Amino acid sequence: MALAIPKHLENAPILYLDGVSVSFDGFKALNNLSLCIEPGEMRAIIGPNGAGKTTMMDVITGKTRPDSGTVSFNHKELKQLDLTQYDEAEVANLGVGRKFQKPSVIESLTVFENLELAQKGGRGIWQALMHTLTSEKKQQIKNTLELIALQDKAQDLAANLSHGQKQWLEIGMLISQEPELLLIDEPAAGMTDEETMKTAELFKKLAKTHSLVVVEHDMDFIAALDCKVTVLNEGSVLAEGSLESVQKNQQVIDVYLGR
Amino acid sequence: MSTLHNISENPKALKLGPIATLLVGDKGGQRLIMALLALAIIFPFCNLVFPEGSALHVSTYTLTLTGKYLCYALLALSVDLIWGYCGILSLGHGAFFALGGYAMGMYLMRQIGDRGVYGNAELPDFMVFLDWKEIPWYWFGFDQFWFASIMVLVAPGILAFVFGWLAFRSRVTGVYLSIITQALTYALMLAFFRNDMGFGGNNGLTDFKDILGFDLQSSNTRSALFIASALALVLGYLISRFITTSKLGRVLISIRDAEMRTRFLGYKVEYYKLFVFVVSAMMAGVAGALYVPQVGIINPGEFTPIYSIEIIIWVAIGGRGTLFGAVIGAVAVNYAKTYFTGAFAELWLFMLGGLFVMATLYLPKGIVGFVRDIKQGDGATNKLYLILKNKIPSKLSSKGSV
Repeated sequence: MALAIPKHLENAPILYLDGVSVSFDGFKALNNLSLCIEPGEMRAIIGPNGAGKTTMMDVITGKTRPDSGTVSFNHKELKQLDLTQYDEAEVANLGVGRKFQKPSVIESLTVFENLELAQKGGRGIWQALMHTLTSEKKQQIKNTLELIALQDKAQDLAANLSHGQKQWLEIGMLISQEPELLLIDEPAAGMTDEETMKTAELFKKLAKTHSLVVVEHDMDFIAALDCKVTVLNEGSVLAEGSLESVQKNQQVIDVYLGR
Repeated sequence: MSTLHNISENPKALKLGPIATLLVGDKGGQRLIMALLALAIIFPFCNLVFPEGSALHVSTYTLTLTGKYLCYALLALSVDLIWGYCGILSLGHGAFFALGGYAMGMYLMRQIGDRGVYGNAELPDFMVFLDWKEIPWYWFGFDQFWFASIMVLVAPGILAFVFGWLAFRSRVTGVYLSIITQALTYALMLAFFRNDMGFGGNNGLTDFKDILGFDLQSSNTRSALFIASALALVLGYLISRFITTSKLGRVLISIRDAEMRTRFLGYKVEYYKLFVFVVSAMMAGVAGALYVPQVGIINPGEFTPIYSIEIIIWVAIGGRGTLFGAVIGAVAVNYAKTYFTGAFAELWLFMLGGLFVMATLYLPKGIVGFVRDIKQGDGATNKLYLILKNKIPSKLSSKGSV
């Protein structure tokens, strides 16, 4: 299987975790973790339960402060930033979008309103109070609706969507934020095979214009993504490379795949 | 709310004024405002024009009682704004109501002038009684109506800002937040009970004579206060509607449903909560300020935690997150309270508790939600509706529709 080679190797990495450690009550969730994502790269992260995948996302998005280490993010204009200095909302506005494992959409708002809220800009109180939807912004929402195949559901409450549709809506919300880097936690969970393959197609499309980090358990899905894979175990990187090469790695088989 | 975007595409809606636009798709709100405006004209008219004994006469007692309920309704509205839309369950909102009331009470105290028992033009009676020589600094300015009116907004606003800043920034949520709001109002109650605070101790502020030079006992003044209360409620409703139908309102709903998600969308949740909490506290303050001249007294009892809990019951029974439901709940429960405390005083608290339990079990979406379910033909999901329809309706309808 061909390895997707990052096209911008000459550029600084968009995301660089350097020696990040986090412990909860003595348990080392992340142990001197270092990870590098190139601009425009799609990366799949796998690993057994408790390997630190979600904690890693928490650290990148400002939810958890690491005990040590830095998270450098190469912002388009502001250049190198240490994300550990910002809170969740600030990290989101710097251009890091996150999708949760459990689909989390705003259930008592419509699909349209969910996308409107996610749309980039207007995060201030006054802006939100005086917000009017321009026809340009409305068109953007319509485009997103088409992309996630929910154009017929625009006025339905998000609560009434199927599980797979909620996952897609959340992906749509993520895209509406216009992030540079997308962190996606188990997008295929609870999806049918067909939906899973469609999602993989969508991510490949997104990877042309964004950098993506995808945490997933579903090996078929990862194979379909056709990208570099990082295996986490006990809070640090166990192996890295093409899916084929990590699948052959004896250590990986012992702690994860073999079980 | 979900129909908002459809309507904004409807060319007819463009011809509406800015206020009417706020009420598009809000039938309950339209009716409520019509009713309030009608009430603001009819009640004072019937009170002032028709002589006592006439069938059309509305007594000053009824007028004042209803005016009091309108103040409660505004208070309930302020609670619904934060609880119904943003999920902030404040069990201490009575504190903001009381602060607004005290600000107005201080003005009314200064209006007494030398007509007090001790005839001291400079000092209110209780200060003379405590043998104080001069008025404390924080009473300065309260002889001016404009200053007191500003303080009605500023005092609750500042308290809400400081409290909210600390609580929301530290991400205190849910039941913990509710508990500290209780502690807040309880602490204020204890403080205001102290004579040294300079707010009249446990007697509070009372014996008011007039407001802006008009006799507080006269029917004309009472009518004016009634109209002011009705208009304040209309204005409060429109402000709440403006907030909840804006994108900010949808951010609030988003915070209520999925706070973490909202943060990851890039919204500073603490600022949004702070904003709506301060607006709500100011609204509660205005309600308190209109309440005090109508009932003629403000004392630390208003800070009692149980009063704050009662407000929650009004909103829950009326229908949380609907705005007009809060108004309906406040008026309905208080009419019931007035009736039952007159008929069997000791039982009222049990009835209130029972009412809350019944509402939780059978009317989870309040009166408004119940009516809405039945209208939309979703009655099948409503327990009370099923009970009323299927089995022994006569016996249970009396129980369920208290």
